[in-house]
Amino acid sequence: MGITAIVFWILCALTLFSAIMVLVSKNPVHSVLWLVATFFSISGHYIMLNAQFLAIVNIIVYAGAIMVLFLFVIMLMNLNTRTELKKNLWMKLAGVISGGMLLWILISVVRTYSEQTKVHPVIAATNTGSIGLIKNLGQVLFTQYALPFELCSVLFLSAMVGAVVIGKKN
Amino acid sequence: MPIQYYIALAVTLFSIGVVGVLIRRNAIIVFMCIELMLNAANLLLVAFSKTHPATATAPLAGIDGQLFVFFVMVVAAAEVSVGLAIIVMLYRNTHSVDVDFLNRLKN
Repeated sequence: MGITAIVFWILCALTLFSAIMVLVSKNPVHSVLWLVATFFSISGHYIMLNAQFLAIVNIIVYAGAIMVLFLFVIMLMNLNTRTELKKNLWMKLAGVISGGMLLWILISVVRTYSEQTKVHPVIAATNTGSIGLIKNLGQVLFTQYALPFELCSVLFLSAMVGAVVIGKKN
Repeated sequence: MPIQYYIALAVTLFSIGVVGVLIRRNAIIVFMCIELMLNAANLLLVAFSKTHPATATAPLAGIDGQLFVFFVMVVAAAEVSVGLAIIVMLYRNTHSVDVDFLNRLKN
């Protein structure tokens, strides 16, 4: 087992553990912090796949901007002292069972796929390749994908106007 | 790394997000679980973008997947700003962020 595989499994364990902790934390602030940990470990996966631009953007945009927005809202509402009302235990059990069955189906699809491609496995190249570098991404983004990029600015403008209109007092 | 490891990781993350949406009542945590599902899809897109070995004729094969991840992040940022504004408005009107109270929006 090479060093890449060891790092991969450690990152997998970190990702899944912190994702589960997002659910089971009682305090919403702790949930936000565990979600930040999840984003950092996903960024670690991106770095392993040599997608360096996306790794940095994931940290800056998700773990930085979006999570700070969540923290602001939680502190604005002063939710961190209040405990959530008890949900019906049967409803929780039903949610876990239906999510687990979804996971079961998807995992069995993956197992069938990996048995079918046992002879010629599809490999995601780690620690190599140059498509994740900012130079190549920028060139494609500003030539081939220039129109969607400009549409994103319109989307942001409408989101900003929408947030102001919704958040305004009457 | 074989691609099925990444697929398995991504579907597990996605299922954790689905379970979170189903079992939690706090609207903010439901929202965070949606972010978790978006990130699972992002991870899968990046992993699949690296399955195309670069050749001399197509040195940038698979770069579309990473650009799609970029656009997903942009849309997620816009979605979060509007969604949190809705949650703040809900809290101002009902003094609660419990999703079971959302049926009050009916009247």
